[in-house]
Amino acid sequence: MLLEPRATPSRGMRLAAPLLAILLTLGVGALLFIALGKDPQEAFHVLFIGPLADANGWSELLLKAAPLILIAQGLAIGFRARIFNIGAEGQLIMGAVFGGGVAIAFQDSQSAWLLPTMVLAGAIGGALWGAIPALLKTRFNAEETLTTLMLAYVANLILSWLVSDPWRDPGGMNFPQSVMFGDAALFSMLFEGLRLNTSVFITIAAVLLFWIFVSKSFLAYQVTVGGLAPQAARYAGFPASRTVWLSLVLSGLTAGLAGVGEVAGPVGQLNLNISPGYGYAAIIVAWIGRLHPVGIVFSGLLMALIYLGGEAAQMALQTPAAITGIFQGMLLFFLLACDVFIEFRLRKPLEKRRAAALARKALP
Amino acid sequence: MSRFKCLAAGLALALGISSAAQAADPLKAGFVYIGPTGDHGWTYSHDVGRKEVDAKFGDKVKTQGIENVPETADAERVIRDLATKGNKLIFATSFGYMNQMEKVSKAFPKTIFMHATGYKTGKNLGTYDVRTYEGAYMLGVVAGKMTKNGKLGVVGSFPIPEVIRNINAYTIGARSVNPKVSTRVVWVNTWFDPGKEREAALTLIAQGADVLMQNTDSPAIVQAAKEKGVYAFGWDSDMSKFGDKAHLAASVLHWGIIYNETVEKVLAGTWKPTPIWYGVKQGAVNIEAFGPAVPADVKKLAEERRDGIKAGTLHPFTGPLKDQAGKEFLAAGKSMPDSDLAKMNFYVEGVEGTVPK
Repeated sequence: MLLEPRATPSRGMRLAAPLLAILLTLGVGALLFIALGKDPQEAFHVLFIGPLADANGWSELLLKAAPLILIAQGLAIGFRARIFNIGAEGQLIMGAVFGGGVAIAFQDSQSAWLLPTMVLAGAIGGALWGAIPALLKTRFNAEETLTTLMLAYVANLILSWLVSDPWRDPGGMNFPQSVMFGDAALFSMLFEGLRLNTSVFITIAAVLLFWIFVSKSFLAYQVTVGGLAPQAARYAGFPASRTVWLSLVLSGLTAGLAGVGEVAGPVGQLNLNISPGYGYAAIIVAWIGRLHPVGIVFSGLLMALIYLGGEAAQMALQTPAAITGIFQGMLLFFLLACDVFIEFRLRKPLEKRRAAALARKALP
Repeated sequence: MSRFKCLAAGLALALGISSAAQAADPLKAGFVYIGPTGDHGWTYSHDVGRKEVDAKFGDKVKTQGIENVPETADAERVIRDLATKGNKLIFATSFGYMNQMEKVSKAFPKTIFMHATGYKTGKNLGTYDVRTYEGAYMLGVVAGKMTKNGKLGVVGSFPIPEVIRNINAYTIGARSVNPKVSTRVVWVNTWFDPGKEREAALTLIAQGADVLMQNTDSPAIVQAAKEKGVYAFGWDSDMSKFGDKAHLAASVLHWGIIYNETVEKVLAGTWKPTPIWYGVKQGAVNIEAFGPAVPADVKKLAEERRDGIKAGTLHPFTGPLKDQAGKEFLAAGKSMPDSDLAKMNFYVEGVEGTVPK
């Protein structure tokens, strides 16, 4: 078998690929549930319909989707330029550390400026953590897939040191966690009794800004060209280093904002468990959303739904927790597989041989 | 006649159902687990306890366990969901659920919340724990007798007081029978990750440790010890089937004692948020499953120590005890109060390295 590039990959198929991937995931998922001895219809109901049965479910969905969408928006800019930031988790943590640091430094503050300052600090923290790989790439040509990922581990260790030593809650029996943040350092709840908070507006604003940026700005065009056709970009005089800086700093910034959203939202303190892997899941979100600001909104909601559904299935059907990861993984796997067949065509080498034989026969 | 029978049967059925519904209306109890129930360690031991509740109370309770709940903000949703779905008693079995439990307990004042290994309590939020350090002490006694070179190893999860206390108790137990013993620690920063746990065990073995203990949840350490021909212990549960001769003994937790007592009190309406910290005395932890490598006199010695703890004549943290710098922190004859045990954050003499910050 040979993979041969198609001359003109179908535009329609490229848009349909996520839907196809979802269908394939559902199909294989159904087989999986049958193998587990569960009724697939019931399982899908629990997975995808059940979590949205009440207002609380929608609130939880948005609470979970918001950071995923926010991070994916930033990542998508880089991915378009073929700059692969896979360490958004670390940038998220540094955002949380910077933002949380402000909350801890001004614990007793009731000021209305506290939260905006935290948000700003978080954005700076994430952007700085994205700027390091940008510097390493532009200066030393260090592969950003490695540096961003390694820095995610470093960020985790910094967080761990901070909450174990200087920022440890003095009244916390020596457990590695900070004090709980005061009300002025928390996003306020949107509805009584639901966990959805005002940080969701940051995501909404980001979606709009990124949409405008991607569709209208010349800079975004340069970045995309730089990724698709680096030589053309160089010929046109689009600086490659600017693309690197923009991609990594911007994606670091959005991840940092998401980090503040978590610690000043549902977590309410700094501890070792700030993120359930949003920085990594957002990579899938960006790809399934076809790196498009609006597509990412849908894929973010879908990924969040799988999180909630996987949990619901654990409770209602006693399925293993791995269901969530399996569905998210299948989704990405099938999407990438679809992409391969949109870009390439499968050919049998046998045909070649047969054609050659025919050609030989035709000759006298 | 037949119609009458039919009617009677129908009536009986209806009565049966309604009386069953009245009598039963079982107490729904939810359990939140950090790992899979198949971890053969911590979560497994909690699930054994849950099943003991099922066995004891029959249709008076309806229990449900949810495994692999991360210690993130997500736990709040799981706990909240359990409460919304009518669980009137919720057990959360890891330290990292503390703030989430506190938040949800305030939103559901009529539900009783029980948090394992934490310290925050409320009107309807209680805490419970097992004195795992008593188990660690007893294992230490066996380790001190069995080590050939005096080098013990511990695979630690997180440097929180509970784990540091266990490392210290293990060392104190070992040095009570073999004063030359020293303990090395490798931290893995996870409760359950068999791959990491195994790597840590191999590191300790490479450094010369010949008896290992762990404060993590899987049997990976026991398996690594078996492969390398050193000794290890079962932690939280009997892990002998993973270690054969390498498995010296196990510190087994019996959560069922706490769970049964709590359910009974909740059913009787007498539950109060009194912190529970049960040990050998109440039967919540015990040294069990001695392996074939342990000589009879060592087994006897360990069991004597257990009986001493049970009778109240022996406390693992009894002075004179020194810290790493050789400074005495507990005078001769004194035993450490629970309030100090609860926030222990330093190593005792005999442990190498420093507590990570």
